[in-house]
Amino acid sequence: MRNQSALRSKLVSSPYILWAILFIIAPMIFVVYYSFTTASGDFTLDNIKFLSKYLPTFLRSIWFGIVATLICLLIAFPTSYIISQKSDKMQRTLILLVMLPMWMSFLIRTYSWMAILQDTGLINSFLIKIGIDPVHMINTGGAVILGMVYNFLPYMIMPIYSVMAKLDFSMIEACQDLGGNKINVIRRCIIPLSMPGIVSGITMVFVPSVSTFYISQKLGGGSFDLIGDVIERQFQQSYNYNLGASLSLVLMILILVCMAVMNRFSGDEGEMVI
Amino acid sequence: MKKLFSVFLSAIISFVPFIFAFAKESDDIDSLKGTKLYVYNWGEYISDGEDDSLDVNKAFTEKYGIEVIYNTFDNNESMYSKLKSGGISYDVVIPSDYMIERMIKENMLEKINFNNIPNFKYIPEKYRKLAYDPTGEYSVPYTVSFVGLIYNTKLVDEAPDSWLALWDEEYTNNILMFNNPRDAFAIAQSILGMDYNNESAPAWITAAALLKEQKIVNPVYVNDEVFLKMEAGEAALAPYFVGDFLSMQENNPDLDFVYPKEGVNYFVDAACILKGAKNKRAAELYINFLNEPEVAKANAEYICYGSPNEAVYNDPDYEYYQDELLYPEEGAFKTQIYTNLSPEILALQSTLWDDVKNYIPSGDSNLSLFLGGDSSGTTDEGEKMTSETRKYGLYIGIFVLLCLAYIIFRFARKQYREKV
Repeated sequence: MRNQSALRSKLVSSPYILWAILFIIAPMIFVVYYSFTTASGDFTLDNIKFLSKYLPTFLRSIWFGIVATLICLLIAFPTSYIISQKSDKMQRTLILLVMLPMWMSFLIRTYSWMAILQDTGLINSFLIKIGIDPVHMINTGGAVILGMVYNFLPYMIMPIYSVMAKLDFSMIEACQDLGGNKINVIRRCIIPLSMPGIVSGITMVFVPSVSTFYISQKLGGGSFDLIGDVIERQFQQSYNYNLGASLSLVLMILILVCMAVMNRFSGDEGEMVI
Repeated sequence: MKKLFSVFLSAIISFVPFIFAFAKESDDIDSLKGTKLYVYNWGEYISDGEDDSLDVNKAFTEKYGIEVIYNTFDNNESMYSKLKSGGISYDVVIPSDYMIERMIKENMLEKINFNNIPNFKYIPEKYRKLAYDPTGEYSVPYTVSFVGLIYNTKLVDEAPDSWLALWDEEYTNNILMFNNPRDAFAIAQSILGMDYNNESAPAWITAAALLKEQKIVNPVYVNDEVFLKMEAGEAALAPYFVGDFLSMQENNPDLDFVYPKEGVNYFVDAACILKGAKNKRAAELYINFLNEPEVAKANAEYICYGSPNEAVYNDPDYEYYQDELLYPEEGAFKTQIYTNLSPEILALQSTLWDDVKNYIPSGDSNLSLFLGGDSSGTTDEGEKMTSETRKYGLYIGIFVLLCLAYIIFRFARKQYREKV
């Protein structure tokens, strides 16, 4: 009887396992294989050696990713809290509004930011009209970070909100009963309880920010590269799959390390009090 | 009985070829009805029925009953990567000259049966058997055009005549540049008086150094965004294709165009049939159809690129009939065509291009170094690169340290509290 149910559960999970092997494990193996081979298929470490050249690009991407993630966090945390305090109907509407831009293509949204930010764009022509000197915004690092924050903010709001919506309000009441003022309630009660959401939000924003290429090309004017740009170019233009794969491998390892650290960090959170 | 049957069968089989041989050509075409033809072309590179123009693919389907599955790419390299990686098979593809040469070399193209392309008669001798396809067996020219310098007359006082305008510090932050290595390098090579198809590594390194020098004016590297930016008056200068200039000018009459004196790239995009095309006969029909005078004219007017088709450019009703920019006098300025580069040079070009993109210029211009003719091509790149690296490294380091300090602080506090 027991064996049968084990078999059944195996059968049930087999489509997923097959999917994982085909679309997750196999591509990973290819990435590793390409990273350590030359175009003709011989083993080499040259691709890895070559990577030192891209150190500045890596550092720039990571820094941009960190900044974008922090800004997202700063915006998303209060927003999620405010949303979660509204009535059910209101909550649904507000979350819908958060999700609404995502119904449109990410590419189109980024492209339209170009029209908003450029020197003759919406913002600057408005500034000129009311008599203020135009600000040069497009093709700067700031524009790229803005693009990242705009595009990935919903990924931060959603997980934090979903944790906060389920927050046991009696905990907050208990905190208040014990004499906590507003700041203490947030610091010692709400933040620790919503930590799982914050952590998954941080990974969900940091990972795409570090690896993005479209945003930096359109809003950064292509005058500086992020690591995603370099990888894209290896595959699209240079037809150098090997270098592209080794860059991706390093990026993947980097992201995995970040996630491992984050998970470790959040694991402790339950026991610790801020 | 069995024997009789086999004799009968062999009789039938031996007749089959005759039946086909006697069938008229039109039957041959009729048999293609209901089949599919896969076409891979540049984006915005065919008349699609917009603004009452002719919808070429629809017209083809109506005429021959062959369904056209039409996909687009935005540069030769990405098209090549897609075809190489396999998984998709197209019948007709329209790459540029040097890419055709490469594809011929790598045995990716099928010879075209020119008996099936009677409209090839409209292609004059000067567009046949060009350097990229010396035997003329693989390609039928689709468009011919030039690169040049587009400028906004409102932002540029004096009409430039040289590529060096793109290095002019007066237009800092107002300059657009090609975001692909081949075209960007060609501009630097023109200035340096080099061959675009140079096979010597030092020459490419020098050209790359000149491109790095351009970073002082902070150029914006663009592909298709050039339309948006030039039409909005967002930039003063941009190198681009003459055909695209004509369509931009329709939206912004302040734009003007010049062929710089150092020389420009002349290119041909041509229709080819891929090896292993499943519908070769239909592919030939399609290529022939593209060269029908009416169709070719519709395309030429839609794309605004030069047409290699005599019936088009000699037609007084053609919108760009005898247009000076599209059909300049031969020898009016220097032109060079791209040919395929060796794998080593291609690899070098792509690493150099990565360097150019990541280069951060120092304050002073070394431009005179290049123009003096003595171009050793050494710039102080190392120092600048490391200073930026150091900056970001420092930021990240501080961030990580802060996180660490926080964790340690909490850990220590926890220990302390437990003790208490």
